[in-house]
Amino acid sequence: MDILLSIIYLVATVTFIVGLKLLGHPETAKKGNSTAALGMGLAILGAIFLSKENVPNIIYILIALALLIGGVIGWLIAIKVEMTKMPELVSLFNGFGGASAALIGLVEFGNITTSSEATIVATIISGVVIGAITFSGSLVAWGKLNGTLKSVVKLPQYNIINNLFIIGIIAFSAYLVIAGIGNPVIAYALLALGLVYGVLFVLPIGGADMPVVISLLNSLTGIAAAITGVLYDNKVMLVGGILVGSAGIILTVAMCKAMNRTLGSVIFGNFGGAVVAEGVNKTLGTITNTTPSDSAIMMNYATNVIIVPGYGLAVAQAQHVIHELEELLTKKGVNVKYAIHPVAGRMPGHMNVLLAESNVDYSLLVEMDDINPQFNNADVVLVVGANDVVNPAAHNDPASPIFGMPILDVENAKHIIVNKRSMNAGYAGIENELFYNSKTTMLFGDAKAALTELVSELKGM
Amino acid sequence: MNELIEFISENLQITYILILATFVGIEVIKSIPAVLHTPLMSGANALSGVVIVGAILVMLNADPEDYISLALGFIAVVLGIINVVGGFAVTNRMLQMFKKKK
Repeated sequence: MDILLSIIYLVATVTFIVGLKLLGHPETAKKGNSTAALGMGLAILGAIFLSKENVPNIIYILIALALLIGGVIGWLIAIKVEMTKMPELVSLFNGFGGASAALIGLVEFGNITTSSEATIVATIISGVVIGAITFSGSLVAWGKLNGTLKSVVKLPQYNIINNLFIIGIIAFSAYLVIAGIGNPVIAYALLALGLVYGVLFVLPIGGADMPVVISLLNSLTGIAAAITGVLYDNKVMLVGGILVGSAGIILTVAMCKAMNRTLGSVIFGNFGGAVVAEGVNKTLGTITNTTPSDSAIMMNYATNVIIVPGYGLAVAQAQHVIHELEELLTKKGVNVKYAIHPVAGRMPGHMNVLLAESNVDYSLLVEMDDINPQFNNADVVLVVGANDVVNPAAHNDPASPIFGMPILDVENAKHIIVNKRSMNAGYAGIENELFYNSKTTMLFGDAKAALTELVSELKGM
Repeated sequence: MNELIEFISENLQITYILILATFVGIEVIKSIPAVLHTPLMSGANALSGVVIVGAILVMLNADPEDYISLALGFIAVVLGIINVVGGFAVTNRMLQMFKKKK
């Protein structure tokens, strides 16, 4: 029985690695997901039926009940949720995983005695704390992305407070490890500290950095799972958790690179909020309004049109309309492409997922490095709900917080049409001089409404 | 420091796994096209739900009279399986859309 379980865990571990590998290629990604899911199912069944004998039936019934309840909830959320809500959903699920790890730690904390090995105590404590941090942190990230938590809340000196807080938690944990204290009350105190830190950690981080934070929290959940694996000497949890942990870190770093930021500056830096005042006071010139019909005429007679989608597209659910626009223009002989900034939207690849949903041809989505030289030849660039990723301040304003971030060089195009709901600053909270450029016209309004009008104007031409 | 050396010597196997798995994770993820970043993050997120195995172990090891452990374990299993099922289902849904391309 032990051998069988070990083999099952081994097989599951291999499916995780293979699954993750397959997920990295467009053609095999779906297979990769199913492979990993299959392995997970095996590991769960193995854990239930093979890890312990003589378990009272009532426990099996409870486990089955828990699996049923959670399985149905997870399935329904996953099926029902709109594709535009994807990033916050990942964050929410991630939070649940973290909470699960924290609860396991809580239970195990009760079993600590003065004779417990220090390493065991340390793993239990870190499981509770890391699990709690990912849970509350993910929930805050979720709230920020779905708009429940709008503002960037910053305590005065939040950096110092946060750092002192985490140092305090570590010191307290170290004391507990050395003293070997297994008082359940302390476990709840640790849980509470972790929860508070998760909130403090994510709350001051600006929305533009949210993808990085989600990725980081995802990685942390993996580490929490791995720690739990060490606790139970369970290889599938250990390897699975570490895989997610290291893969998550790599993804996080890749995202930071795309924004030309370091992980440290995301966590400790002040992005958004702080610089708004400075930007508003600057006079940047005047903006020029345009109408859907003027924009339609301009695009109708263009040879090359590049569409730059941003978060506004996702918010307005305009992915189908924009596809219609693109098809219409293509039919009229216009060469249309999409320029995809790696961090457009709220998650890397967010725009790809969104546009794939409306059946946009894969080959029309061009990544930043490939599309940037093509802006020179573009007659019209249509920016839909994107802001920071097209802000020239990244190139020419060393004082700007986004200075150095790679952007889409839309200003090189002959004409730029920007669709935006209002003149409000983007998620980074800074002004965008692109809107004041003499080549730029502003098409104000909800992306879906504005694009629909644009399409009907085009149809009449 | 002594603790660390002791830990490593006592858990040599785990230490090996830890290091090797870290590199596997890094290698497997390296040079992934940006299009797949979101599905990948979502898939990795589902994988982190492996923590549910621990939650199941908690329930299996719990004394049927120990209501607190059972309740906490129960919630942990519910949350863990939401992470697993929801994570894989949502990843699948995302990837389904990619498949439709011609």
